[in-house]
Amino acid sequence: MIQLKVNGNTRQFDGDLEMPLLWFLRDDLSLTGTKFGCGQGLCGACTVHINGTAQRSCVTTMKAAAGKTITTIEGLSPQGDHPVQQAWKSCNVPQCGYCQSGQIMQAVSLLKQKPKPTDRDIDQAMQGNICRCGTYQRIRQAIKQAAGVKA
Amino acid sequence: MSAPVTRVRRRAFLQQIFSAGAFVLSARLPRAAFAAAEQAAWSPSVYFGLETDGTLILVTHRSEMGTGIRSVLPLVLADELEADSTRVRYEQAIGHTKYGSQNTDGSCSIRDFYDIMRTAGASARLMLERAAAAQWGVPAGECKAQLHQVVHAASGRRAGYGELAALAKRQPVPKPGELRLKTPDQFRYIGKELPTIDRDDLCQGKGTFGMDAKVPGMVYASIERSPIYGAKLARFDDSAAKAVKGVETVAVVDPFKPPHVFQPLGGVAVIANSTWAAMQGRRKLKVEWENGPHAAFDSAAYKQSLFEAARKPQKAVRNQGDVDRAFAAAARTHEAEYYVPLLAHAPMEPPAAVAEFKDGKVTAWAATQNPQAVQEAVSASMGIPKEAVTCHVTLLGGGFGRKSKPDYVVEAAMLSKKVGKPVKVVWSREEDIRFDFYHAVAGMYFKAGTDAKGKPTAWLQRSVFPTIGSTFDASAEYGQEFEMGMGWVDLPFDIANHRSENGAAKNHVRIGWMRAVANIYHAFGIHSFADELAHAAGRDRVEFLLDLIGPDRRIPIEPIGMGYWNNTKSQQDYPVDTGRLKRVIQLVAEKSNWASKKPGGGRALGIAAHRSFLSYVAAVAEVEVDKAGKLSIPRIDIAVDAGTTINPDRVRAQFEGAAVFGASIALMGEITAAGGRIQQSNFHDYPVARMHEAPRETHVHVVPSTGLPAGVGEPGVPPIMPAIANAVFAATGKRIRELPLRKHKLV
Repeated sequence: MIQLKVNGNTRQFDGDLEMPLLWFLRDDLSLTGTKFGCGQGLCGACTVHINGTAQRSCVTTMKAAAGKTITTIEGLSPQGDHPVQQAWKSCNVPQCGYCQSGQIMQAVSLLKQKPKPTDRDIDQAMQGNICRCGTYQRIRQAIKQAAGVKA
Repeated sequence: MSAPVTRVRRRAFLQQIFSAGAFVLSARLPRAAFAAAEQAAWSPSVYFGLETDGTLILVTHRSEMGTGIRSVLPLVLADELEADSTRVRYEQAIGHTKYGSQNTDGSCSIRDFYDIMRTAGASARLMLERAAAAQWGVPAGECKAQLHQVVHAASGRRAGYGELAALAKRQPVPKPGELRLKTPDQFRYIGKELPTIDRDDLCQGKGTFGMDAKVPGMVYASIERSPIYGAKLARFDDSAAKAVKGVETVAVVDPFKPPHVFQPLGGVAVIANSTWAAMQGRRKLKVEWENGPHAAFDSAAYKQSLFEAARKPQKAVRNQGDVDRAFAAAARTHEAEYYVPLLAHAPMEPPAAVAEFKDGKVTAWAATQNPQAVQEAVSASMGIPKEAVTCHVTLLGGGFGRKSKPDYVVEAAMLSKKVGKPVKVVWSREEDIRFDFYHAVAGMYFKAGTDAKGKPTAWLQRSVFPTIGSTFDASAEYGQEFEMGMGWVDLPFDIANHRSENGAAKNHVRIGWMRAVANIYHAFGIHSFADELAHAAGRDRVEFLLDLIGPDRRIPIEPIGMGYWNNTKSQQDYPVDTGRLKRVIQLVAEKSNWASKKPGGGRALGIAAHRSFLSYVAAVAEVEVDKAGKLSIPRIDIAVDAGTTINPDRVRAQFEGAAVFGASIALMGEITAAGGRIQQSNFHDYPVARMHEAPRETHVHVVPSTGLPAGVGEPGVPPIMPAIANAVFAATGKRIRELPLRKHKLV
């Protein structure tokens, strides 16, 4: 039996400790905003915050998540109005939207570490998050808008 | 306008899966649109209903995979209805023939339904006005609909749409001649940039995709499929799989009978109480296969066979003048071969669906581009009437054509019948890459004759590729009419002697349509080769291209042995118009500063222009190749003439996305096979463009138009690959004739 905190709530788990956190969030807690894209940490669709930083939940085992504090897209802000989410809406970023939870969680983590990111910072932080619809330029624009830096 | 033969022919091989009605719709729908009301207090059209409290229910019958179509199209109806967009509730339609075609592909939603939506909205508006007039005893002509109310100006009376709903219901449906369609200056929503209805949800992790569907009592399935197309299950040992905690049972998914159409590939499914347990159990299966005839498929040898065929005379699909005589008389001739490999769609959401079989009926919840194809495919595979199949449509995490082929939904339905519970089938990324309906690999040969100044006098082109027709007819080996009609027989160059040919190729994997389809390889070959000719002539590319296209005119396309597909539209309504093509070239040249940006320091521009999905698109790519040979794309400009468009922001978004999709194809996409097995499996070996690799900025320039609406979702893709490759040539002198670029050393 392990414990972890998800979006402020303490949760318990006594299943296969090798199971990725992703499936605990999606199948057990019905927190389906966190997406399955590759299962190998290659696409970033499953990005959540573990103890405040962006991590891939598809390659984070329950064992590794034990005792940690997890934030998913659903827990980012109660009203869905985190400044990054507001910027995302204002730039009309999403197309299909499937990757956007992961993109937003990654961007929030970036801005925590680098409140005024350069283009290079954005490239480095975001290159693990694939968007097949190709919304990258609006993602970049939204990050800069949220950070208050010049586009 | 008579129905072109082409419509029927494209459908001929689709009929086993689609209802035959799909293409007679444009003629039939205006009547069908006023079928009986169902849910709402008043719903004279299948596309909307009006409640007595004034709530307008807009039934969105197209699938949402990121284009915004489910938000945008119903607003056309709301606009003509003079409805208040804040009093609207959207309902996603289930699969049903009463909506007409729901196949959200071919970039056709607006052009096929624009008139229908406008007519439905304008008819309902007139019925509301007449209802109010009857109630007030005033002439109908004095009553005017105005933002969810009908107003009688002379008396100052007004009534809300809700209170008029029951009265409007009794009004006869107006005849088409009675309708007053709005003029563009009266539009409230058409041409405006309203956010999509899903935008905020998608920024909050709230939308429900196929991957997110959940029903009570549901179990999860993970399926082991044959690594070789068409191999048969020999035997399997599931003892270790069944020992995995959470695994409930193991079931066989029956294989397809040729042609495969949208039937499952077949395999062994592990059914468990969670996704993870199902996936773990599947890894423990020991399965043996009997390899069929495709075990020898090797993509390197196949490529050579395509080129060998392309070097020999093949079946003519268009012929004018006499290319052989013109070649003999030419001052110079040029030859080149081009190649585009197999490609996978790789939508971010791998295929996923839930289905429940109960009392002889199937209910499915699926990320599908075509819920009616789900009905047809489940019906065909399970021997139940298609009316017994209900398909609910979720959001799609990308589609790109993959999700109009519902094999994964059929898997869920078949497994549900076997295990007696609702089943969710989740494909892993590895399955998605290895078992796709691949975009066809193509080998092409080009030959041009020119005069002494380098002006082309003869053009010969041959393509050889496995056809999408093989999905519907196992013996099909030649390009179908719709494939030949995608930028091949409709080459709009002003060259008197022209010959297009197509050779046969056998498929060894499933072949399917992917965003822009056959235009992908045709455009890459044609516009790269045209760039070679411009270089040989020593001319500016833009000027050469404009001359190559020639005077403004409408070119009648007359292929040999087939009709001109033209996206099922008549050439009268949607001609091949060189003036429009030249205009987007001129526009993109101006916006990209073509004339003033000269190559240097590893940086250069490349251009290509292509008509597809009835739209005219020109792209300029700016590339930079550093001293280490590393390529980046600082900027892409795209000029587009798509006729009338509805939401300019979503149009720009589609072309921004097309630039990235095209960059993925140009730079990195390649599926290979050895021993019949696909060698790629995930994003590490089937890369797609990431943020730092994608074009940094894409500027979209839309030609203002009130012309007939044309495609938006796909036509941005075709010119991107040749524009990038032509820019690479201008920057480095390296001519890229085989994609992807990452396989070439640029310095």
